Amino acid sequence: MKAQGPVTGEDPFNAFITRCEWKPGGKGMLAGIMVAVKDNISTRGIPTSCGSRILEGYTPPYNAHVVDLILREGAGIAGKTNMDEFGMGSSTENSAFGPTKNPADPSRVPGGSSGGSAAAVAAGMVPMALGSDTGGSIRCPAAFCGIVGLKPSYGRVSRYGLVAYANSLEQIGPLARTVREVSLLMEVISRYDPRDSTMGDRPFTPRLTGEVKGLRIGAPAEFFGAGVDPAVGESVREAIGLLEQSGACVVPCSMPSMAYALAAYYVTCTSEASSNLARFDGVRYGTPDDIRKPWHDAFREVRAKGFGEEVRRRILLGTFALSAGYYGKYYAKAQAARRNVSADFARIFRDVDVIAGPTMPTVAFRIGEKTDPLSMYLSDILTVPANLAGIPAVSVPCGKVNGLPVGLQIMGKPLEDERVLDVAYAYEQGAGR
Amino acid sequence: MVSPDDVEKIANLADIRLSGDRLGEFTREFNAILEYFDILDTVAEEAGEKRGEFNIMREDEVTPSLPQGEVLALPRDSEEGFIRAPRVME
Repeated sequence: MKAQGPVTGEDPFNAFITRCEWKPGGKGMLAGIMVAVKDNISTRGIPTSCGSRILEGYTPPYNAHVVDLILREGAGIAGKTNMDEFGMGSSTENSAFGPTKNPADPSRVPGGSSGGSAAAVAAGMVPMALGSDTGGSIRCPAAFCGIVGLKPSYGRVSRYGLVAYANSLEQIGPLARTVREVSLLMEVISRYDPRDSTMGDRPFTPRLTGEVKGLRIGAPAEFFGAGVDPAVGESVREAIGLLEQSGACVVPCSMPSMAYALAAYYVTCTSEASSNLARFDGVRYGTPDDIRKPWHDAFREVRAKGFGEEVRRRILLGTFALSAGYYGKYYAKAQAARRNVSADFARIFRDVDVIAGPTMPTVAFRIGEKTDPLSMYLSDILTVPANLAGIPAVSVPCGKVNGLPVGLQIMGKPLEDERVLDVAYAYEQGAGR
Repeated sequence: MVSPDDVEKIANLADIRLSGDRLGEFTREFNAILEYFDILDTVAEEAGEKRGEFNIMREDEVTPSLPQGEVLALPRDSEEGFIRAPRVME
């Protein structure tokens, strides 16, 4: 089936790269629901650019597993959403198709990298969307736009057809306005796929009881420490207080590995990116290179023109971290640090059922405000630990600071996606949504 | 600290051309980020528990693949079932 498009129409927040009205019809759990799909998730017959010039003109000849699953359940596709190029960013400003604006305040970023998916949902253009989360790319825009977003446990959703950025960290996941809708979409997309060899056959079984009596919540001090806006921290503490009033108890704990989690994350993701993005050479798809030129000259040219600045920076950082003489100092150390993060979570989870804290250290910042790459990286400090450890984490709206949404992040034990959504549901119900 | 020469060498390894005027700024940003990565020096080499690593091989079964025609429609140039690429010999 071919996409009918392009569809013109209002897109005041630049949430979409490609609009379409793909309505296969049919019955199923998502019958009649239009879903927006992040532009790094392959859609047969609909261009898939990853927000990059290098994939201009590329239309995948196959669907990602998750796309097949939602279509099979009767969903339609409303279009492909804007994103930081290849998922590399926290603001959706690094898109070759221009920045997406935050529906809560159009002078501000929607977060990233799944900013288009979050903005499309927050603006009411679609009820639900698919995103991908390598270091917070679902939870960050969910928090900044005031919606719900889940990064599933590693291995819970097939990555077949997701254009790879950092395979060991990323997962496709759902975004929607309510926990119930996120749970519904998660139930559909978590069905087993042998084509992703890191996936386990562990179907998601929704369990939204809203019951938190006796639940033990860990709130590590590091999630409320330096760099976290005190007003955001206060808002999240109040949200945790609400869960306490419903019968949960808060257990004090600490997570020392937070000191180097962000560095471990950036060394790992850039290293994996330098390998993954080597495939974009203009030979088989995307922007064609000049075949009259010698091999390396042709590649260097097409990659210099096709990749944006942040993508080039991350490929170079990763190439450096993996290069002879530096591997031990960066990549090997980052993997040891990553094991420490997992060990910290395992230790904390011996005493608690879930861990709660802010999703983002601040509310949405202004478009163009963060010009220094390192300051942008630092905004991921609270979301990357879940990716390093492969655990499930959800962001659910918990009030506002200066009129801008704040996200409560709930992290769970590996494969306990059902539980983190249930706790988010309990909060959502308690907060009287 | 890395020098502009180091960055240029890495860019060549990664097959990415960097224009001269961007090299200085890339180097400056590179050094700021690498300085931040120095926190990893505080991690003990053999910290944490390594997971057992072993290979699991599946049976090599023939499964359906994409039709050749659809795949060859993607590159700009193909000939007799092959994709044309830039020349390797200088």
